[in-house]
Amino acid sequence: MEGPGPGNDGAIIRVENLEHSYGNFKAVDGISFTVKKGEIFSFLGPNGAGKSTAINILITLLSLQKGKATIAGYDVTTESQNVRESIGIVFQDITLDRDMTVWELLEFHGRLYDMPVKERRERIEELLKLVELEAKRDELSKRLSGGMKRRLEIARGLMTRPKVLFLDEPTIGLDPQTRMRMWEYIKGVNREGTTIFLTTHYMDEADQLSDRISIIDHGKIIIAGTPEELKNTLGRDLIYLDTDNNENATKLLEQMPSVREITTKGNRIVLMVHEDGTKVLPGIIDTLRKAGIGISTINLKKPSMDDVFVFYTGRELRDEGQAPARPMFLRAGK
Amino acid sequence: MTVYWRDMIRFFRFKTLLISSLLQPALWLAFFGIAMSSNFDRLMAGVPVPEGAYAVGYLTFMGAGIIAMTTLFTSLFSGIVILFDKNWGLMREILASPVNRNHIIVGIAMSGVTKSFIQAIIIMVFGILIGAAFFAGFTPVQVAFGVLGVLAFVAMFALGFLFLSAAIAISMESPEGLQGVMTLLTMPIFFASNALYPIDTFPEALRIISAYNPMTMLINGIRYFAIGPDFYALGKHYEFTQADILLSFLGLIIFSAIMFALAWWRFRRAVVT
Repeated sequence: MEGPGPGNDGAIIRVENLEHSYGNFKAVDGISFTVKKGEIFSFLGPNGAGKSTAINILITLLSLQKGKATIAGYDVTTESQNVRESIGIVFQDITLDRDMTVWELLEFHGRLYDMPVKERRERIEELLKLVELEAKRDELSKRLSGGMKRRLEIARGLMTRPKVLFLDEPTIGLDPQTRMRMWEYIKGVNREGTTIFLTTHYMDEADQLSDRISIIDHGKIIIAGTPEELKNTLGRDLIYLDTDNNENATKLLEQMPSVREITTKGNRIVLMVHEDGTKVLPGIIDTLRKAGIGISTINLKKPSMDDVFVFYTGRELRDEGQAPARPMFLRAGK
Repeated sequence: MTVYWRDMIRFFRFKTLLISSLLQPALWLAFFGIAMSSNFDRLMAGVPVPEGAYAVGYLTFMGAGIIAMTTLFTSLFSGIVILFDKNWGLMREILASPVNRNHIIVGIAMSGVTKSFIQAIIIMVFGILIGAAFFAGFTPVQVAFGVLGVLAFVAMFALGFLFLSAAIAISMESPEGLQGVMTLLTMPIFFASNALYPIDTFPEALRIISAYNPMTMLINGIRYFAIGPDFYALGKHYEFTQADILLSFLGLIIFSAIMFALAWWRFRRAVVT
């Protein structure tokens, strides 16, 4: 393809060996990835993993130190002006002027991006409808609820019909119901053709929304793939065991053919199995009982993003709004 | 333009701030002005003014100073808005947009100048109402010319301090710190000027500082255009030639240009995330 625009492979964001340091601290340590046109791509990682730094470089707020990044075919360093015109941004914390009305905030944004009056006004109406804030048009932003503010910010990010919408932790601090609705809005926006780049530290959010996920920690991408692919890397089922002799139990279970991998987390044994976990369980129980090892708890579940995350980062994240581990008797497919 | 539009919305939205910013200079003029002028004018009553010369009361004299003072305060403290925008993340929306950063400075400057214009006009009108002899004996054409002259000086002076204020604000973290720096700045600038009294009787060093103070240059300009080129006040003869005034204006232009360069340099380096 000639000139700017997505390349032949349909990549709209292309990042190669991106590095960024604050003093001696490497916040982003050599990441490479591409985002395809029309997909929802997310960076999943704990706070401080380097997600925001990476996003700030892509949206041209931070200057690129090392590596290469292009958005919609434009280089973020040399063609930052074009990059800015191609993207919409929803920042991590609310960046609405408390003392301006909903309409004024959108109007201001349209003016900032030099949109012609007519187009601007039409777009505002469209977006107010999309995010269901028509009734709040003349309300000062400080009087909106948290969810409304977020919706308004998403509307603002979409004002200029960006090719890519960046969402930095879009549902942080929102209650579970509002989060679900936000996901619906985000999916809706995506269906209309906007590519979405999302950062989040919520496992379920990444899982529910994304076409592809990159798990990022300590400034590096640890693993990337579709949510299904990521979960499948952990085998078909996970079995959590708590016994009175974990050491011996581990040795015994390692030899079972259906056990793919075995690790210990705290005082629990985690088994990844290839087969249907419910069929493997009796064998495990038999084996341990024969060896005289007592089992105090046993739990079986499908791998969730949570498990994927913990497995690859070695970190346990207990965040609000995270789906609890599903007990085995509720294990009906989602 | 856009930044200007937004700032104006905010200026008129905060009714209390708006009213207090307009009322404050009027109160200065009303209380300090009338109190001082009743004293000074009594003291000066014995001092002879040469035959045929034009003498003005203290209220008229310091009225020019009050316009200058208000402009100074408004301009310097306008930087606080930038700081709040920065700290609340509002600045990011603007910095991440395709808008040229110089336009941000220009927008802020223009809205600052607009505010100063509104204030200066209010003070002049109010001053005349309580007895200051602004534009006394002027023909309508002269009045119009005088007002334009005053506003030109006010604009140039306000720009300088707006740029300075923006440069300091973008470099600072806390509003308290900014407030401190601004207060520190206003004190010498205001008192080492001819706003409230003539500077000729100052000690030599202070007199030189005052003469190069942009505030003094502004006040000379205001007095020239609002009172006239030749008058007596506080028993002192004031006489401005056109060259004097041009020189003062030139001084303000240079001052503003330096401040613009400073602000431009600070904004280019500004990383706000």
